[in-house]
Amino acid sequence: MPRIIQSDEIANRVSRMCRDACCRLPADLLDAIRAARQSEITDTGRDILDQILENARLAAETDAPSCQDTGMACFFIEMGSEAIIAGATLGDAINEGVRRGYTEGFLRKSIVRHPFQRENTGDNTPAFIHLEQVEGDCLKISFLAKGGGSENMGAFRTMVASAGPNGVRDFVVETVERAGGSPCPPLVIGIGLGGPMEYACMLAKKALLRDVGRPNADPMLAELEEEILDAVNRTGVGPLGLGGAATALAVHVEATGCHITALPVAVNLGCHALRKATIIL
Amino acid sequence: MAEIRDITTPLSDAAARELRAGERVRISGTIYTMRDAAHARLIEMLDAGKPAPFDLRGAAIYYAGAAPAPPGRPIGPVGPTTSVRMDKFTPRMLSEGVKLIIGKGPRGPEVIEALGRSGAVYCAATGGAAVLIAQCVRSAEVIAFPDLLSEAIRRLEVVNFPAIIAVDAAGNEVFESGRQAARELIARRANSA
Repeated sequence: MPRIIQSDEIANRVSRMCRDACCRLPADLLDAIRAARQSEITDTGRDILDQILENARLAAETDAPSCQDTGMACFFIEMGSEAIIAGATLGDAINEGVRRGYTEGFLRKSIVRHPFQRENTGDNTPAFIHLEQVEGDCLKISFLAKGGGSENMGAFRTMVASAGPNGVRDFVVETVERAGGSPCPPLVIGIGLGGPMEYACMLAKKALLRDVGRPNADPMLAELEEEILDAVNRTGVGPLGLGGAATALAVHVEATGCHITALPVAVNLGCHALRKATIIL
Repeated sequence: MAEIRDITTPLSDAAARELRAGERVRISGTIYTMRDAAHARLIEMLDAGKPAPFDLRGAAIYYAGAAPAPPGRPIGPVGPTTSVRMDKFTPRMLSEGVKLIIGKGPRGPEVIEALGRSGAVYCAATGGAAVLIAQCVRSAEVIAFPDLLSEAIRRLEVVNFPAIIAVDAAGNEVFESGRQAARELIARRANSA
């Protein structure tokens, strides 16, 4: 028997999730920032990390978005093959949730309708949705509020197959150094390897959803994560690019198959206010 | 940690030249929020021979677009946006008399040179510390381009807005030098470990 999920319920839950995620930074992220504060080597870096932690506390306490850039509403959805949505399409339900959450929660509307005409849509829609079908009758909705500062500094490159892990590491370090303070370090760095280009980009963003610092289950990728984190944290970029040890909090790599000729690499930088949440209906 | 210097806007030429890259400051007085769209429009107005919507001489500009104000607050969270996007507008704004700019992240060589030429400074505020900074805002008013919504020009009265002098009027900057110093410190620690 398929299970019916009402689109209204989806919209309500998504609306709540947008507001909560923007006002309350996740515990795993805050733990990572506290650890970075403990090991920071510069006065400026420590001062900035203190401000970041104090800001997070104030945001949660006053129910205010921790950063004014409450971002593009990005969704990764796993829909059970036994689930049916009644009332509206999944896309319409998600967009309705975003519209309500961003309006009622005093979140900033940062989306323009057209890349050239640039008229603000006024309600932060459209949401950007990746949908995957899985077994079961549940609907798992993961949300990322992705701000412009960090998103704009991401990069994609198709490397030659022989570039290997060292080529990936060097490309990530180059991307982080070029970005400097603009994407609001300390960063969580999402890396997508393989696939055709849009797949690598999608994986790089999806990698940001993982618990901050939890290694990939594949030992080879976990080792690469550690190696890249170490290299990035030797650049000296530091908190907000003003110099320090805490350039990144974690590196998350996701990989999939790819063509025999290529090693596609996408890098998605997450700022220190990585706003993410997951709900299951 | 070194002492924090209090500065007041509008900033005089002499006061701007006293500030040194790397210094922590607290800014009080009037500042104007502007992002890409407001810069483009304001410069278009100047080019058409129209007056700017506020006095640019000695003015302080804050690269920011606030979240909506909740009931009872003058403004919503309002942290700095990425400054490098404004680089192409900045030399012109400085030549019109702007003395202080607040944003986040590094600036290009043309901006650093233009800051020196006009005796102005660039401050880095803490990106993401939007609630902390909003607490420094006593009042806020849209003074131009309301159709740009969060990107409209707002006049803010601020008290003790925390920032770091990132580029001073002598052309010293903290992003490259701070990164270099930190990188050397990290390498030294690794070698002695």
